[in-house]
Amino acid sequence: MTLQPVTKLLASLMLIGISGPALASEVGVHGVFILNSLLFLIGGFLVMFMAAGFCMLEAGLVRAKNTTTQLTKNIALFSLASVGYYLIGYNLMYPLGAWSVDGVLSALFPAIAVLEPVGVAAEAVDDLAYASTASDYFFQLMFCAATASIVSGTVAERIKLWPFLAFTFILTAFIYPLQASWKWGGGFLDAAGFLDFAGSSVVHSVGGWAALAGALILGPRLGKYKDGRVVPMPGANLPLATLGTFILWLGWFGFNGGSQLAMGSIGDVADVSRIFANTNAAAAMGAIVALVMTQLLYGKVDLTMVLNGALAGLVSITAEPLTPSLGMASLIGGVGGVIVVLAVPFLDKLKIDDVVGAIPVHLLAGIWGTIAVVLTNSDASLGTQLYGIIVIGLFAFIASALVWFVLDKALGIRVSEEDELAGLDNSELGMDSYPEFSTQS
Amino acid sequence: MKYVIGIIQPAKLELVREALASLGVSGMTVGEVQGYGRQKGKSEIYRGAEYAVNFLPKVKLELAIDSDQADAVVKAIKEAAHTDKIGDGKIFVLDLVHAVRIRTGETGKAAL
Repeated sequence: MTLQPVTKLLASLMLIGISGPALASEVGVHGVFILNSLLFLIGGFLVMFMAAGFCMLEAGLVRAKNTTTQLTKNIALFSLASVGYYLIGYNLMYPLGAWSVDGVLSALFPAIAVLEPVGVAAEAVDDLAYASTASDYFFQLMFCAATASIVSGTVAERIKLWPFLAFTFILTAFIYPLQASWKWGGGFLDAAGFLDFAGSSVVHSVGGWAALAGALILGPRLGKYKDGRVVPMPGANLPLATLGTFILWLGWFGFNGGSQLAMGSIGDVADVSRIFANTNAAAAMGAIVALVMTQLLYGKVDLTMVLNGALAGLVSITAEPLTPSLGMASLIGGVGGVIVVLAVPFLDKLKIDDVVGAIPVHLLAGIWGTIAVVLTNSDASLGTQLYGIIVIGLFAFIASALVWFVLDKALGIRVSEEDELAGLDNSELGMDSYPEFSTQS
Repeated sequence: MKYVIGIIQPAKLELVREALASLGVSGMTVGEVQGYGRQKGKSEIYRGAEYAVNFLPKVKLELAIDSDQADAVVKAIKEAAHTDKIGDGKIFVLDLVHAVRIRTGETGKAAL
């Protein structure tokens, strides 16, 4: 593409831009609005694709007899998150200054999300200094869906379909948006000075806590821990798991880059660009650390750990992808890789069965990333970061555990032994992923 | 007539096929199988935990041949499939009592 049309576009944006407040940048108020909205749309569809990444990662790491169920859960949870966030979540998460319990509960709850009218005029938009409401809604919804995706991998291969989906709806309509309002909605964690740029805690740890609560109540897969030994259940399709990891890695540029929330000035575009580069550096080092560590510890590289390492690097940099140098971003991501390699066998020691490693990747690396903000951002304090981690952690874990517990008592969340051994594709769906292939599981 | 069954390393199939073709063996049947012998499989590490792989992948080949060819066929398979490492496999030779070519109805040696 030549540069000329872009220059012309920007020039015309400046012409139509009304003379705004002093902070309006060179592109004019309209230009800022348009570019910000564009950032949300591009960031949003990149984050949307992370749903495919989670789906493929999980499809690759479960056994063949549970693949169709895992695929079904992923597309269903994404769709349910879209409804939950529309009906309740968006307005619960963004009170726009109107609180019914100050800093804790949005006064806009419960109310559905409403977009700006068709062909809205500049004078009539909800926030001319920000971005179109639909672009913001779309972008934020994708984060909500990502939180739900984290859970499904941990509880795979033994959970019933419908109770899982019921949990997903409650997570995306209530649990995620409520705690997110405390930080991103301008609530009490934000007021306390807690920093979480794109959601190491608000998104990833919350998904991780929900997954942990689910894994504890659900229990390990049959035969996973036998006579004090861990019995590995290798995933059926490592090419899919690797593809899923690369898709997540790609989507993360939208996740972190879009969280700059602005692209209407030189400074903002440069910051979005820094975030892209730092995000990549952290992922790369997370993968390299896992590569080297598994070679040293086990004598052979473990691909699944390398995949987890890249993702842990990404989660680690998510709380502060802007201020680190490339070197610091690599270091922060690399520590994420260490966490994964050590935490996966540690969870097995505790007999917490996490099929895809979502708890080390999202919960533990998320906590690390939230703490790591203090390394490069002088506005952050360790005490406040820990305060945020603890508040979000307690709420997400207890709320999730309650929901899992009630679902378990009401419906039962686990399939029968017989069904688990035969595979969920058989019992839950009656549909094989690869009906013409071999009989192995 | 003899019936020869070979269990070999999958990577050796092509060499074995070439060796048998050069002897003039007119056909064989192969399949992917899994099994173990005296080593009882092997152990690997997945996500930090050691586990036993009880059944290792092998290729099983089956040939029906004239008794005169048996020694040469066994020798050819043995040499082509040999790596001198654990897991090279085994060869079994059985007496073959009857054979029928389905298309023509020929029986015995004529059906091989």
